[in-house]
Amino acid sequence: MLSKSNQSALAPALAASGRAPRRRVQVAGLVRALVPYAFLLPACAIIGAFVLYPMLHAIAASLTDYNMITESNFVGLDNYAMLLEDPFFWNSLKNTLLYLVFVVPVLVVAPIFLAMLVNNALPGIKMFRAIFYLPVITSLVVTGLIWKWVYEEQGILNYFLLSTGITDNPVAFLTDPANALFSVMAVTVWTGLGYYMVIYLAGLQSIPRHLYEAAEVEGVSKWQQTIHITIPLLKPSIAVVAVMSSIAAMKVFEEVYVMTQGGPLDATKTLVYFIYQSAFEEFEMGYAAAAGVVLFLLTLVLSMINLFLLRKDR
Amino acid sequence: MKHSAFAIVGRYLALAGVAVLTMGPFLWLMSTALKSGSENIFAYPPALLPESPTLDNFVRVLETQPFMLYLKNSALVALLSVGANLLFASLAAYPLARMNFRGKNLIFLVLLSSMMIPFQLLMIPVYDIAISLGLQNSYLGLVLPHACTAFGVFLMRQAFLGIPRALEESAMLEGLNRLQIWWHVLIPLVKPSLATLAVFSFIAVWGDFLWPLIILDDPSYYTLPLGVNRLANTFSMDWRLVAAGAIFSIVPILIVFIFSQKYFIEGAMRGAVKG
Repeated sequence: MLSKSNQSALAPALAASGRAPRRRVQVAGLVRALVPYAFLLPACAIIGAFVLYPMLHAIAASLTDYNMITESNFVGLDNYAMLLEDPFFWNSLKNTLLYLVFVVPVLVVAPIFLAMLVNNALPGIKMFRAIFYLPVITSLVVTGLIWKWVYEEQGILNYFLLSTGITDNPVAFLTDPANALFSVMAVTVWTGLGYYMVIYLAGLQSIPRHLYEAAEVEGVSKWQQTIHITIPLLKPSIAVVAVMSSIAAMKVFEEVYVMTQGGPLDATKTLVYFIYQSAFEEFEMGYAAAAGVVLFLLTLVLSMINLFLLRKDR
Repeated sequence: MKHSAFAIVGRYLALAGVAVLTMGPFLWLMSTALKSGSENIFAYPPALLPESPTLDNFVRVLETQPFMLYLKNSALVALLSVGANLLFASLAAYPLARMNFRGKNLIFLVLLSSMMIPFQLLMIPVYDIAISLGLQNSYLGLVLPHACTAFGVFLMRQAFLGIPRALEESAMLEGLNRLQIWWHVLIPLVKPSLATLAVFSFIAVWGDFLWPLIILDDPSYYTLPLGVNRLANTFSMDWRLVAAGAIFSIVPILIVFIFSQKYFIEGAMRGAVKG
């Protein structure tokens, strides 16, 4: 298949008789053979310069003591060895994995219900879909600030909790190390609900209607329909959401940066926050790059699981 | 399917509940932004509505902070990034969908795998490259990393694959070259996918924080998220002003969203199905 294109491009040239025209045809054939590359050039140049080359660069940097100030030296796997002994790194890895464990299940399950709720033609349903989507379009920095305000010790959320008797004392959402990570997680969930709802909505709308109609005739209850028709046919969407939300959870940064700066007592310091801090506050670029490679490997594992699940299901 | 009146009321109650959950924090922010300086914003119980609504906080924010400049920067960066992404992605997608050439599979595979690389790993070398190209504190520096996404190439490739080959062949018989076919025949047929990609990349660029944070230190290039963050750092205690700035930064994307809501939701659904 690879050489076919060249053959077809050169075939007219070879078939042509007479020298002068033949040469012209050859040049035209060459130009034609270059056409696909010309189309690809801008995209490949940008992705090459800002993704692929930096990727190799990052891996190389992770093997040096690069710090932007002094000459960098090759240090082999020293950075990785240091990571293994760095309690701050382990703490950030732990927080990121906690994120994965708590946020992903919620983001996989809750939006299914939301999608089922908005998957109908009730008057005004499009407006509700749009409202549920609002947090998705809002910049995470702004979202973080909004919630920082909602979470205030004397804030609206505490007022609600106190006045309904759910708690007796105001909750220190962001200032108590025991709560902070969960408070930040709640914001991530709040932001993601609408997005995954739409993915499930697409999945729901691709389920053939006649399946439900048949079930209705058979007298199968709504709940049974959900269990036996909706959920099984939604499996591909569920797999997509599981992986997308896991990868997103690995990369959490903005919420933390705005709401807690990684505190209190490093309780909300995620892996990306650790990388950012090592690179741009402590200027240990090589060390940060090594942590970045770890992040990449974890993401890669999740992506592989994704591909595996999708191949199995589709 | 028919619903009983009871079920319909139940549905609306649930919808309203979720609406309060998603819109509530925005409304609370709005209320705070409208409260005057004399009103205690930490009053207990909290005043849901401002006593005497005022636009003073917005005026003060606009007077003391260059929010119009941030808005201009955000708009310019978003426009250039989205435009470039649409152009470059749909150019690259054409040969990947419709032509045979040496290295096609390899290029395809490399582009595919580039989607799995987190920006957080790349930020250090990309920062380096940008610095050595003199891109710090420039619009080009903000735009270039967003100027073409592998996701865009794939979305457009899917769209091109769905167009009948016969159309292209007849255009070729008419004597159109590949570039003309791309522009006159294919592009008009993939407008929905272009809209999807535009919306996706617009949300990503408009809300982007990490990259501008790294590459900018001159506030005159700040985009809205950085502007709001700066405002929050400057007036960390005065929530009225922070709220006003945040509201100001939300309004533009809200307006875009209201007028093109259809594309946001349908686009996201299309992206989910195809992407």
